[in-house]
Amino acid sequence: MESTQTDIDAEIAAADAVALPGRIHPDRDYPPYRSTVLRHPKQSLVVVRDPEAVELSGPVFGVTDVLGHDADLTRQHRGEPLGERITVTGRVLDRDGHPIRGQLVEVWQANAAGRYAHGGDRHPAPLDPNFTGAGRCLTDDEGRYTFTTMRPGAYPWRNHRNAWRPAHIHFSLFGTAFTQRLVTQMYFPGDPLHARDPILRAVADEKARRRLIADYDHDLSVPEWSLGYRWDIVLDGPAATWIEEGR
Amino acid sequence: MTVTPSQTVGPFYGYALPFPGGADLAPGHPGAITVHGYVYDGAGAPVPDALLEFWQAGPDGSRAGATGSMRRDPVTGAVAGRDGVAFTGFGRVATDPDGHYTLRTLPPGGTPYLGVCVFARGLLHHLYTRVYLESSPGDPVLSGLTAERAATLIATPERPGVLRFDVRLQYDGTHEETVFLAFE
Ligand SMILES: [Fe+2]
Repeated sequence: MESTQTDIDAEIAAADAVALPGRIHPDRDYPPYRSTVLRHPKQSLVVVRDPEAVELSGPVFGVTDVLGHDADLTRQHRGEPLGERITVTGRVLDRDGHPIRGQLVEVWQANAAGRYAHGGDRHPAPLDPNFTGAGRCLTDDEGRYTFTTMRPGAYPWRNHRNAWRPAHIHFSLFGTAFTQRLVTQMYFPGDPLHARDPILRAVADEKARRRLIADYDHDLSVPEWSLGYRWDIVLDGPAATWIEEGR
Repeated sequence: MTVTPSQTVGPFYGYALPFPGGADLAPGHPGAITVHGYVYDGAGAPVPDALLEFWQAGPDGSRAGATGSMRRDPVTGAVAGRDGVAFTGFGRVATDPDGHYTLRTLPPGGTPYLGVCVFARGLLHHLYTRVYLESSPGDPVLSGLTAERAATLIATPERPGVLRFDVRLQYDGTHEETVFLAFE
């Protein structure tokens, strides 16, 4: 039988009760998010302690890979997209707080109505001919990225009956090592759907979960133009130490 | 600092992350090999919405990589693709509706493996694994595994220049689960 939100809420509470305190990343085995059931390994990860591992270095990107206007998702078509224009900015840092410089940041998101420009999205909300919802940029010398976009809408999904994803922007990030790779989602503050979403709630630790929620920053808002959000990203994983030069 | 948690790549990355030529690290190169296979779930069903990323040493053993994996034409904005000279070391390919992927690359120098990062809807945190292009006695990772587990990391030659490597996200009752790695 199809689960209800009440069922999912109870499953989330049960998972919270046995979660390891202080754990940052979600457990890949998280039944309230139904698609995890057959897609998580049951064996433990094998720990690699080889200082020569290739994964301790990582891919590099440069000015040939990105165009300046890739970071403005509101200017990719002839007309203006519909919705609430926002800027999202922040810094990409390693665990020690050092900036990740000149590295690729990719984003994708639904439009203001909650619809992705993806053939698989069957949500009967309108597509926006002036909005695709994909962007990329390189971080600057301080590790900073900035995107101009439209605030995405919430959207339904079929995890359980009446399941709605809170508004979010998908982010893809590279560090100086392949081991620092991160794909995640940025959420907006004050959304009543946060508590009900099994993907966000899969991060059981509240402090870690707050890391996924951007701050509204009035000083970033531009008069008569856009609202500003600030979101810093801290990458996990061992960083390259032998190849600092030029990064 | 508190690390930013991972979240699933979800089902809709397809118009944002894959890029033309992402699976061909050595366009036009006669020495390129093909690595291909399927991604399967714990029911033994193919996973049609997985994204695989590859990172490897260059044929000369270099781990510095090179820019230009997603090279763009600054005039038209179109994807110009890799220049066929620099070896960037980075590949990205989504599985097709059959759960199949194909990668073309040059064998790395100095190390017998390609690093792999697996993303998928339903996978809340990516997984690392490796494609060993040949059985590699003395390799610090393989030598710590049973023969059955190690075999999940070693590609199977199908014919000259073509190797098969499947990713099994979970034991399906018959086939061994792929070995996934964590780094310290
Ligand atoms: Fe999404």
